[in-house]
Amino acid sequence: MKIGVPKEIYAGERRVATTPDVVTELKKLGFEVAIEAGAGSAASYTDAAYAAAGCEIVKKAADIWKHSDIVLKVRAPDSKESKLLRSDQTLISFLWPAQNPDMLKDLTDRGVTAMAMDSIPRISRAQKMDALSSMANIGGYRAVIEAAQHFGRFFTGQITAAGKVPPAKVLVIGAGVAGLAAIGAAKSMGAIVRSFDTRPEVKEQVESMDAEFLLLDFDDEDGSGEGGYAKTMSDEFIKAEMALFAEQAKDVDIIITTALIPGKPAPKLITADMVHSMKEGSVVVDLAAEQGGNCELTERDQVVVRDGVSIIGYTDLPSRLAAQSSQLYGTNLRHLLTELTPEKDGEIVVNMEDEVIRGATICTGGETTWPPPAPKLSAAPKKAEPAPAPVAVVEEKKSAAGPIIAAAVGGLALLGLGAVAPPSFMAHFTVFVLACFIGYMVIWNVSPALHTPLMSVTNAISSIIVIGALIQISSDDSTIKWIAVVTLLITSINIAGGFAVTRRMLEMFRK
Amino acid sequence: MINAGVVTVSYIAATILFILALGGLSNQETARRGNWYGIIGMTIALLATVLGVVTQNYLELVAALVVGGSIGLLLAKRVQMTEMPELVAILHSLVGLAAVMVGYANFMDPSVHFTGVELTIHDIETYLGILIGAVTFSGSVIAFGKLSGRIGGKPLTLPGRHLFNLGLLIATIWFGREFVIQSAAGGGLTPLLIMTGIALLFGIHMVMAIGGADMPVVVSMLNSYSGWAASATGFMLNNDLLIVTGALVGSSGAILSYIMCRAMNRKFLSVIAGGFGTGGGSAAAGGSSEDQGEVVPISADETAELLANAKEVMIIPGYGMAVAQAQHIVYEITSSLRAKGVNVRFGIHPVAGRMPGHMNVLLAEAKVPYDIVFEMDEINEDFPKVDVSVVIGANDIVNPSALDEPDSPIAGMPVLECWKGTTSIVLKRSMATGYAGVQNPLFFKDNTRMLFGDAKETLDAVFKAL
Repeated sequence: MKIGVPKEIYAGERRVATTPDVVTELKKLGFEVAIEAGAGSAASYTDAAYAAAGCEIVKKAADIWKHSDIVLKVRAPDSKESKLLRSDQTLISFLWPAQNPDMLKDLTDRGVTAMAMDSIPRISRAQKMDALSSMANIGGYRAVIEAAQHFGRFFTGQITAAGKVPPAKVLVIGAGVAGLAAIGAAKSMGAIVRSFDTRPEVKEQVESMDAEFLLLDFDDEDGSGEGGYAKTMSDEFIKAEMALFAEQAKDVDIIITTALIPGKPAPKLITADMVHSMKEGSVVVDLAAEQGGNCELTERDQVVVRDGVSIIGYTDLPSRLAAQSSQLYGTNLRHLLTELTPEKDGEIVVNMEDEVIRGATICTGGETTWPPPAPKLSAAPKKAEPAPAPVAVVEEKKSAAGPIIAAAVGGLALLGLGAVAPPSFMAHFTVFVLACFIGYMVIWNVSPALHTPLMSVTNAISSIIVIGALIQISSDDSTIKWIAVVTLLITSINIAGGFAVTRRMLEMFRK
Repeated sequence: MINAGVVTVSYIAATILFILALGGLSNQETARRGNWYGIIGMTIALLATVLGVVTQNYLELVAALVVGGSIGLLLAKRVQMTEMPELVAILHSLVGLAAVMVGYANFMDPSVHFTGVELTIHDIETYLGILIGAVTFSGSVIAFGKLSGRIGGKPLTLPGRHLFNLGLLIATIWFGREFVIQSAAGGGLTPLLIMTGIALLFGIHMVMAIGGADMPVVVSMLNSYSGWAASATGFMLNNDLLIVTGALVGSSGAILSYIMCRAMNRKFLSVIAGGFGTGGGSAAAGGSSEDQGEVVPISADETAELLANAKEVMIIPGYGMAVAQAQHIVYEITSSLRAKGVNVRFGIHPVAGRMPGHMNVLLAEAKVPYDIVFEMDEINEDFPKVDVSVVIGANDIVNPSALDEPDSPIAGMPVLECWKGTTSIVLKRSMATGYAGVQNPLFFKDNTRMLFGDAKETLDAVFKAL
């Protein structure tokens, strides 16, 4: 089948849906690939590089749409583009069906098979196709770069001949993929990074990146919704949260907000008052600008300065890192196409039994198949089920009675033994019991690393049984004598072997 | 020669030296001295006995000592460190055999006279000494066979094996009674021989029924038995030195068995009952093994890059490292990384390998300094700070389902929590399950990369890429 990649026509979009490297991989799957001339130039991928990877360069966009079986795009098609689609074609792109109902209806009516990269379920298996995460990662990184651009000081602290420079303090709100990427980028530039998230399970992830996780003084309310996203919190929680942000705003230099709740406008977390309280020259980067913004003063796609604070509301951060995002997005697409061509023969099979493909497909054969049944797997495991507890209780009861019975039986047996055994035996028996205790005390001190030498040395020592053979060797009875000789022979193997091998092992242990 | 009092004093000295020998093993610095204490103790005991008790047949005595000693030294020199479990097992069998032979010789010795209760007790001691010796002997031989690969590692599970064992036990007790009765009348050889046969059979059957992963328990248990056999022989010969030494060794082995069982979260009895890791167990775990997701393979070059860029590296060796003889190349990689300032440490699970402390010995052989080799309990907390964990030929000891899945056959077993680190690289020949027959969710985790192939060859490639 033939894959076509048209140039993105959305204003300011620099990304492209495939790169020369990805083309090479797609050809291995049996596809032919055609790309519109100049489609990759904004992302620094030249036509010559595509041609070298075995890609056909097509002059006119219309020819791409006409001759391709599969169309790969970044942005959802506009009304002009979707008119070019036919029922035998497959479109794979970001589509946002919830926000674009008209487009969904149009694609359905045309009988197109449309797969939305934004609808791929967030399950472990589909991570390699998760373009949202890829883009969020880039967005988070770029947010820090944009902040650095508008921030008039270093991120890292320095002590120079010209004086001391304190490190910048960065607050990242929302520790999702974008938030974590922002934490990583800011941290590696040397800033002090703090982060807040309503989902307590991300605390560990934040701390793993060496950032400080801010905790609310609040009864723990779990903000984890389905599919690893956050959900709307209670009013009291929001109040406590806002108080925390107000306090932090006075202290930090840069705030990066990434708070989104699926299917809802972005929550307003940074008020005009908070911006006012920030230091002159501070920066707010609002990654939620597309959904209305986390900051009250955010203006979409603009950088505005309010009270000396720069507020960045870019919605095209991934596009501002076009070469990187094209490469990751192209690879996500390639992984999806790999799933779609199980035979690697260049023929795609839309298997609606497959959870990932089912989730991504928003319409096929004239029917709308969106929204799909909800995925059930949360990114973080729920709290452990208390189910196994009763079993453990039963076992404990059993084991509590066990030692008492054992001790009683043992005690009675010893008493019985003491009653009948002659004194000479009891003397030996005393020695035996005491030796067991000494053994017990001594062995617990042995370092586990030396357990193997312990075994070989105890093995050598247990050959003390040789004494038995030595006592018997002087017997006049030749049978006994010869048995004793053989015993002596084998025990001396053991003595020499055991001690020598222990010595050899111990020689090897060194600092 | 020397009188009995001097012999006794020498025995006391030997006893103390043996205790010091075991005590010396509490850390690496004193361990070598400890071994010398053991050697001196043994020499004193031997000299005292030869000078104080032996009256004739010196030629045979010296010949046996020299021949046996040379064989032993040769064995100790030749053995590969990976073959240590086999050597220990076969040496245990010799102690068992010696106990049996001393028992028989003592039984046949006309100069031993007892009457009444003393005779009964002496007979029971003889009987027990031979019984434990025979079980140790045959069990150790089978363990040797299994460890050296001469006998398949799979557990042999006969139908009704528990009943079979119970039958053997009852028969042993019954023949014991017969033996005591007949011995009082001057006979008793027949029941003794029959019992020896039963004990040998029991030893074989017991070890045959135990799977490969339980071998550390078996080896320590046989270690314990060889001690008890020596102790029982000591009772029989009225010799306190044997009793004490046997008890020391016996309790040492018992504690090791207990530590091993605890490390696998298994009851000692259920290990002995055997049948673990039959592969039948995988059916029970089958429910969770479906749709685990995909494994992400990694190349040797990428592994080298990850390692070179890491700050904290944890290496988790398992039996697979011993099989592939990869410990030397592991050391090469370790020293090259340490030269670059990477903090490389080793995390050892108590049951890694086929014998307690097996991994430590292998790493020591490869010259890995022991102060970067840590026990599980020492470093398990540190994994969140680890950048790269390298799992070499280990499986069940890094299986997260031991903690997550209450139904898993290995549930509750303490494991090395390497998945808490940034990245885990698992070296493995294939996707086969470990001895417990349980699928390992670690392989499917997002931060796990699989490096397939023979551990030694792949590590060679990694080392070259470094």
